[in-house]
Amino acid sequence: MSKLELHNVVKRFGDNTVCDGINLNVDQGQMVCLIGASGAGKSTLLRCINLLEPIEDGEIFLDGEDISLPGLNPQSVRSKIGMVFQSFNLFPHMTAFENAILAPKRIKNLSKIQLTSEVEMLFERFDLAERMHNYPDQLSGGQQQRVAIVRALAMKPEVMLFDEITSALDPQLVGEVLDVLLQLKDQGMTMVLATHEMQFARQAADKICFLKDGKVVEEGSPKQIFIHPKRVETKAFLSRALK
Amino acid sequence: MKNHKAAGLTRREQYEQKQRRRSILVAALSTIFVVVAIVIFVPMTPGWEKVQKSFFNGVVLSKTFPKLLNAFTVNVMIFAWSAPAIAVLGLMIALARDAKSPALFPLRIFGAAFTDIFRGVPVILTVYLIGFGIPGLGLPRPWNSPFIWGSLALILTYSAYVAEIFRAGIDSVHPSQRSAALSLGLSERQVMRDVILPQAIRNVVPSQMNMLIALQKDVSLLSFIGPVEIFRQAGVYKSLFANFTPYVGAAIIFLIVTIPATRYADYLMARQMRERR
Amino acid sequence: MSKKMIVSAVALALLATNAFADGHCASGKTLEKGKFTIATGNPAYFPWVLDDAPESGQGFEAAVAYAVAEEMGFSKQDVVWVRSSFDEAIQPGVKNFDVNMQQYSITAERDQVVDFSVPYYTAPMAVLVGSGATDTSATIEALKSLKWGAVGSTTAVQKIASTVVPNNAPLLYGDNADVNAAITANQIDAAMFDLPTALFLSAVMIEGSKVIGQFPSSESDDADQFGMLMEEGNPLKVCVDKALNAISENGILASIEAQWLQDTTGVPLIK
Repeated sequence: MSKLELHNVVKRFGDNTVCDGINLNVDQGQMVCLIGASGAGKSTLLRCINLLEPIEDGEIFLDGEDISLPGLNPQSVRSKIGMVFQSFNLFPHMTAFENAILAPKRIKNLSKIQLTSEVEMLFERFDLAERMHNYPDQLSGGQQQRVAIVRALAMKPEVMLFDEITSALDPQLVGEVLDVLLQLKDQGMTMVLATHEMQFARQAADKICFLKDGKVVEEGSPKQIFIHPKRVETKAFLSRALK
Repeated sequence: MKNHKAAGLTRREQYEQKQRRRSILVAALSTIFVVVAIVIFVPMTPGWEKVQKSFFNGVVLSKTFPKLLNAFTVNVMIFAWSAPAIAVLGLMIALARDAKSPALFPLRIFGAAFTDIFRGVPVILTVYLIGFGIPGLGLPRPWNSPFIWGSLALILTYSAYVAEIFRAGIDSVHPSQRSAALSLGLSERQVMRDVILPQAIRNVVPSQMNMLIALQKDVSLLSFIGPVEIFRQAGVYKSLFANFTPYVGAAIIFLIVTIPATRYADYLMARQMRERR
Repeated sequence: MSKKMIVSAVALALLATNAFADGHCASGKTLEKGKFTIATGNPAYFPWVLDDAPESGQGFEAAVAYAVAEEMGFSKQDVVWVRSSFDEAIQPGVKNFDVNMQQYSITAERDQVVDFSVPYYTAPMAVLVGSGATDTSATIEALKSLKWGAVGSTTAVQKIASTVVPNNAPLLYGDNADVNAAITANQIDAAMFDLPTALFLSAVMIEGSKVIGQFPSSESDDADQFGMLMEEGNPLKVCVDKALNAISENGILASIEAQWLQDTTGVPLIK
């Protein structure tokens, strides 16, 4: 079984069906990019995976376990699945370091010294050691987003979800964040990204899924999707997106 | 970019300086005019001498001020133990009203009823009903003291208002903060305690300052059920001397305390407005 | 007697009656021409006024009011009653009454801002205690240890402070009703009222309470004397005083006192 499997996931908001029977497999260490227009259901799907939104129908399996059982305590699942958001969502009243160490401190039973050194190493690994004790409003957009990634990594997740994490950044800051993603991929992290960065997806992803109106219209390798798209909708989307 | 010509001013700076001087002159003249008008014309009104004797009587003021100041310490005392209790209870009620799990539903109802009742009834009624009513059930001394029950009336009333302000503060924290915190695997309780509340409280400090200032004055309501705080003491003097100057004295003492507090609250609000932009 | 003389005599008599009906002293000095406006408390208590209905003339102050009115030449129908709070009247300024009768003690300070008639009653001050302190002895020593309360705007405050000098600072209230509530809630042990009011309260208003003693009225300056309160400089004062002195001399005042305030015996003097 794959690391992460979605079977026929349905999510509705009132009358609006945002995810309409989505099937998705993500293998260990794979990077899967979700592409599609805004409102296609990408963000919602990610939020369903880490149980921020309960699903109406279908199942989600992590390492073969059904994590979408109604009534399941989502906390332990969420420790294994990290998420990074478009608007960074750093806690403004804490320094970068405090942002990162908050959840491990509360949840893991490690000593403070051990936690501190682990988190410090993370900051160093992503070239943020100098910024560790700054507050979010003292950091650039790119730095904030990288801190957000470090914060998610501090919980040592097995899967990382990224919800259009470069969409809110100035163009010149996008690169440093994408570099982090590549770094993570090299380290073998299982990643699912919702993204508009077509170039990046084409170069880095293992699998591309094109979503439209809550359904996976087409999926395949970057070569298959970008160079030989089969579906009309895919072609239409790509021609607009790649202009 | 300024263009300083040696030691001279640019023409715009010159113009602005001239405008500034002009407006200061106008402001000063009009203020002087108003003050002089008041100082000259008010004493000319027929009733002025009587009003001055009744309200601004220097002799009475000097006689009564020391004891008024002394009585004000009662106000300060009541304020000092009520304010923290209000902060704590207000926060608890706010959290009760926002309780999400179905098991805590009775708490939500209780919270809603609490805020409805205590915001709906005039404070003076609550002071009377609780200050006299509960001791009237037969409590032994010192448990029936009007200080205890009167303060409780204030605490219950103000907690209701403070709770609503906290709720607004909690609501003002963007939901994405909650999403991010939950995503890290924190429990709802941890999210509230470590992420939402610190931000919420920071956001509402200026509004809560206004509540504090209102409380400083409402402490006087306890005078109706016995404690001799400044308002009551001023009243005793009013009856003794048949003169209202003690009330003016009390007002002065209040202003000495509340003006710095209101200024500080305004400063906090202004700073918050600036940060938001 | 000629017809002319009879007619003139009748005319003169009529004129005289008319003049007298206007109140020869009080004419032109009252708020409303031909009417005598008296203010009382809201509500007005026993034994000063019965059933809060001063128009009935029942109650000590109501009776004295009508007696004075009649002496000044006003008929019963010419007396108009209004209500005022205790505090309202002591304020300086124009009044909406000719006189105010609400057990006002005459004090020098008040006299600077309002005018008082000559006294119509000398009230001994009495101590009323709640059900928890009824066995307190009538001595200053015993009174010191009680928790005291009083209406803040009355002379009782000063009397308690100077005569009793209690160990704990008294609690002060806005009116008699609140003092009663405090006694009932056992927040205070004792309060001081004029004797008739104290007796009424203990008999009717506060269960289990008792008037344990009165202060001897021979304490010269401290003796509370009630006067009718008037606007400062009111020319009516002369007429009211004249009337009060008249009913005092001819025994009407004493008989009114005997009728309405007869229960004042039997209360021990405080030593």
